[in-house]
Amino acid sequence: MMPDLLIALTMLSNFSLVATSRVSKAIQFAVLQGVLLGLMPLAMGLGRHFHIVLLAIAAVTVKGWLIPFLFRRALRQVHIQREVDPYIGYTVSLMLCALGTGLSLVLAHNLPLKAGTEYTLLVPASLATLFTGFLLLVSRRKALTQVVGYLVLENGIYLFGLLLVEDMPALVEAGILLDLFVGIFVMGIVINHIRVAFDSTDTRHLAELKD
Amino acid sequence: MVRSLLPTMLQFLLHGLTVLLLPPLLPGLIAKTKAVMAGRKGPPVFQLYYDLAKLARKQAVFSRTTTWVFLAGPVGGVAAGLAASCLVPFGHTPAPISFEGDVILFAYLFGLARFLTILSALDTGSSFEGMGAAREATFSALAEPALFLGFAALAKATSSLSLGTMLAFPGSLTARFTGPLILVFAGWAIVYLAENSRIPVDDPNTHLELTMIHEVMVLDHSGRPFALVLYGASLKLLVLGALILTPALPRAPQAWQNWLVFYAALGLLAVGVGLVESAMARFRMTKVPQFLVAGVLATGFAFLLLLV
Amino acid sequence: MRLYLLAILAAAASGVPGLFLRRKGGEVAAGLLGLAAVLGLWASLQVLSGGPGGSFGLRTASLGLPGLLVLDPLAAFFTIPVLLLSVSGAIYSLGYWEGRRGNTPALRLVYGLLVASLVMLVTASHALTFLLAWEGMAIAAFLLVMAEDREIETRRAGWIYLVATHTGTLFLFAAFALLAKIHGHSGFSALPAGLAASREGTALFWLFLLGFGFKAGILPLHFWLPPAHAAAPSHVSALMSGVLLKMGILGLVRFLSWVPDPPIWWGGVLVALGALSGILGVAFALGQHDLKRLLAYHSIENIGIILLGLGLGTLGKATGHPVMQVLGFAGALLHVINHSLFKGLLFLSAGSVLHTTGTRDLERLGGLGQRMPWTAGAFLAGSWAICGLPPLNGFVSEWLIYLGAFRGLGLGRQGWPVVILLSLALIGALALACFAKAFGGVFLGLPRTDGAAQAQEAPRSMLLPMGLLALACVGIGVAPVLIAPALGRVTEIMAPGAGTTLSSLAGLPLISGVAVVLGLLAFLFWWWIRPVQPAADLPTWDCGYAAPDARMQYTASSFADGLVWGLRWALRPRVRFPRVVGWFPRPTRYESHVPDPVLDRAAAPALRLSIRGASQLRVFQGGELPVYLLYVLLTLLVLLVWMVA
Repeated sequence: MMPDLLIALTMLSNFSLVATSRVSKAIQFAVLQGVLLGLMPLAMGLGRHFHIVLLAIAAVTVKGWLIPFLFRRALRQVHIQREVDPYIGYTVSLMLCALGTGLSLVLAHNLPLKAGTEYTLLVPASLATLFTGFLLLVSRRKALTQVVGYLVLENGIYLFGLLLVEDMPALVEAGILLDLFVGIFVMGIVINHIRVAFDSTDTRHLAELKD
Repeated sequence: MVRSLLPTMLQFLLHGLTVLLLPPLLPGLIAKTKAVMAGRKGPPVFQLYYDLAKLARKQAVFSRTTTWVFLAGPVGGVAAGLAASCLVPFGHTPAPISFEGDVILFAYLFGLARFLTILSALDTGSSFEGMGAAREATFSALAEPALFLGFAALAKATSSLSLGTMLAFPGSLTARFTGPLILVFAGWAIVYLAENSRIPVDDPNTHLELTMIHEVMVLDHSGRPFALVLYGASLKLLVLGALILTPALPRAPQAWQNWLVFYAALGLLAVGVGLVESAMARFRMTKVPQFLVAGVLATGFAFLLLLV
Repeated sequence: MRLYLLAILAAAASGVPGLFLRRKGGEVAAGLLGLAAVLGLWASLQVLSGGPGGSFGLRTASLGLPGLLVLDPLAAFFTIPVLLLSVSGAIYSLGYWEGRRGNTPALRLVYGLLVASLVMLVTASHALTFLLAWEGMAIAAFLLVMAEDREIETRRAGWIYLVATHTGTLFLFAAFALLAKIHGHSGFSALPAGLAASREGTALFWLFLLGFGFKAGILPLHFWLPPAHAAAPSHVSALMSGVLLKMGILGLVRFLSWVPDPPIWWGGVLVALGALSGILGVAFALGQHDLKRLLAYHSIENIGIILLGLGLGTLGKATGHPVMQVLGFAGALLHVINHSLFKGLLFLSAGSVLHTTGTRDLERLGGLGQRMPWTAGAFLAGSWAICGLPPLNGFVSEWLIYLGAFRGLGLGRQGWPVVILLSLALIGALALACFAKAFGGVFLGLPRTDGAAQAQEAPRSMLLPMGLLALACVGIGVAPVLIAPALGRVTEIMAPGAGTTLSSLAGLPLISGVAVVLGLLAFLFWWWIRPVQPAADLPTWDCGYAAPDARMQYTASSFADGLVWGLRWALRPRVRFPRVVGWFPRPTRYESHVPDPVLDRAAAPALRLSIRGASQLRVFQGGELPVYLLYVLLTLLVLLVWMVA
């Protein structure tokens, strides 16, 4: 029951991410999602394996503390409060997110997965989170919001990977490493450079690099 | 099988002596024939022997532009020629060295001689020698296919790849082989004239730079190197002549008869060349490639006739 | 096998110390490559003299078959030129490239990686390993070609090379995919009988021929070769001409060894392509006045000769005549090694000339034989060998092919053997003319410019590898009986019964005999005519001209002019010849170039057309990041829906 609760909360947080226009709120929801997912392996009852306990602790630390810390630092540097004028409006985004969730439920039902998986919501939730992440990446203009979208995307992949955490924990660990990568590399370095080069983190300016 | 009076080793010895001593006679014969045809008395038949002896006593001079490559031409010409002569049967007598595929070695030894001669010509840094070398390289590119097509025809006819067997044609020419054989002769006669720089391809007596090919390549040689050059040229007359004559000669039962037939035929060949030189003038330089292509066509047709 | 793997590692690591050492990096690299060569050659020679091969595999499920690298006689045979030439190049570069341009450590690293991928490639026995090593080789070679990328010609050459090699690799991907489909796995093994005549067999043949043809430089897929080999540093050119081209041949040979029953038209195609490459290759070489471009075209010609041998062997296999098969394949394989040796030698000596005079233009050189006698000797040995003249090694391999072709004449009504004969004869004569032009233009006569007049002999580090390669050429030429057993063992893979046929050839020892006789006679005559008194300082006889100078010599272009004019329908030379008119004409200039027609008339226009077509697709490349991500999302959705539905 506990895992189902966590998964349901994750899916709800998807909707909130898509609907908000304030950058700090989006960050908070993404962090919440990350922590919830970090605790998922313990909730799934795999706490008896020691390395999985370590994994959960590492996930929660990275997703719950390190990423917000880097985000707050980046936010201080770029001085933005709100996502203004995204490509796809907030109402439409919400509808698309709902559509995506429904689609994921249908797809997950039809995908040729191993029968007898207990957590029937896991695959649809992961696909839905994936879709949400993509939606954020596609529709938002500001670089920071796009990084949030990327993190949500990665959460979705992580969720899917939990299916395999018993057999291939290395895969899941690699996901955490990816979080670190995003945090340090993208937020620490690239956003600063974009700001310095264009004096704004509006990614529209990157289109100048086309040729 | 040919019953012979002389054991094989003696034949090889005779082969070697012929190769060493006979060649200078041939240019003498050719010159004498030309002189007689022109109504002159001409130099003695043994003139080239006297010339060689004289040159051997003289000191050679070398241009300051030349390097050791300059000497490679005469040396290579004679060494390669002598090595090639070991592979060719003289008439229906055995060749000292004979193995399957020696025809290719034969052809390429002459190629080696040509290569080194061209290089020694270029070594002098003179435009005359360069001109001769360029012409020599161009014309030999046309003569090579004719030679090889002739070999191909003979190989097909005799199903053998050794010069000894290829040239020792069946004594009785059956109808099947007569036509192709004549064509091969025609083609090889053209190659013979070209390789030995005879009229109508090249005039051995001229010294005008516009008309020389072989003569101009050896302008700078003197003394002993020049002796080697002259000897090498006459050696080529002998060896290539043996190549052409052997298929045409009738096979005699005794070895000494074969030798005599060969010498006689060689003499006739020299006289024949002299007659051709007297009767024709040298072709214009642009006509020479056409002449050589005619040779290629002749041997090519010979091969085709044997193929079908 | 362990030694072999160590060799790969040593080669790959050869450039690494140079990144850290300030000064002796080159010597360390050469030393490590030398170690790799010793290890690899030892392992190869063991296999070639009858020892068991070895194999090395990784046991991972995703790669499937164990036995990724297999050291069989064929691999051992091809390893010899790889290692010999790479070590020669490394020692050569100590004198040639040190101190230039500052990118030397990077070049050494890439060189080591190139050698490592080559050594891996010859033993690859699995499609994935093969392609991995192939790509590694191609990219490393590209980086080396671009070593002097300040020159625009070099950049252009590198770019054309990259496009061509990747086009070939694309064909290889398709071929290996088809092969995997036929076999069911990606390892290298023989094809079932009867497959060759089917549609799949034909497809395999053409795909492999095109893929390997791009790499080997078969006409008309050769257009990348002359610019790339001319632009690369000379020791890299030597490696590329001597070894990389042979990797294409290796691929073809492996493919042919899998097919037990090739149809006759396969042999015909190989012979036709071989004749085309050989004759046109040397024809184009005649028209060049850049020394390295000339040598590059000669590589194309020699690949043609190798193809003639392979075609002959395939014809023999198709018609069931074992002797033709053995001689054709043996000749082709021996020519692979021979060509590596003498082409490497030629490029190294050309590099020596370039190093000291700064120019590759034949019209600006001349008279270097007096100032650089050792380099001249090396180049002469290389020319001697490449023209196939006895008693050097080029003659032996051509002799084997000739012999096979002559034998094939007697069989049936096919004309292919006579095509082989004629082509070889013509190629030989034209090559002789071309190298007389090259050697004469560079080393003989008088220097045509000041640069040539002030040339210095190359340093010993450059002369040593040239000497080694020349010795190898002479050795194989004078004593071919020594390599006949090893050659027989390699040819066994392609043609059964090779060992006995080759050893029963009476000609091989007799060729040595004739070579000895030739040498003796030459020595005797030279002794007789050698200049004993100090030579008088006299000029060349000048027919009465008062002041002959270097510009009155025959130039390389004039030497080749007759043949170029005769072949103008194929070469299409571009000649600028303003008419000289009037009683007192003004000075004027004559220029002639022979550009590559395939590059100018086929490849470049095709590329331009495809770029124009591809530009239409530019509309998708808006530059907006979200749009690109949308493409990814849509693709993902489409794939998911398609998978489910």
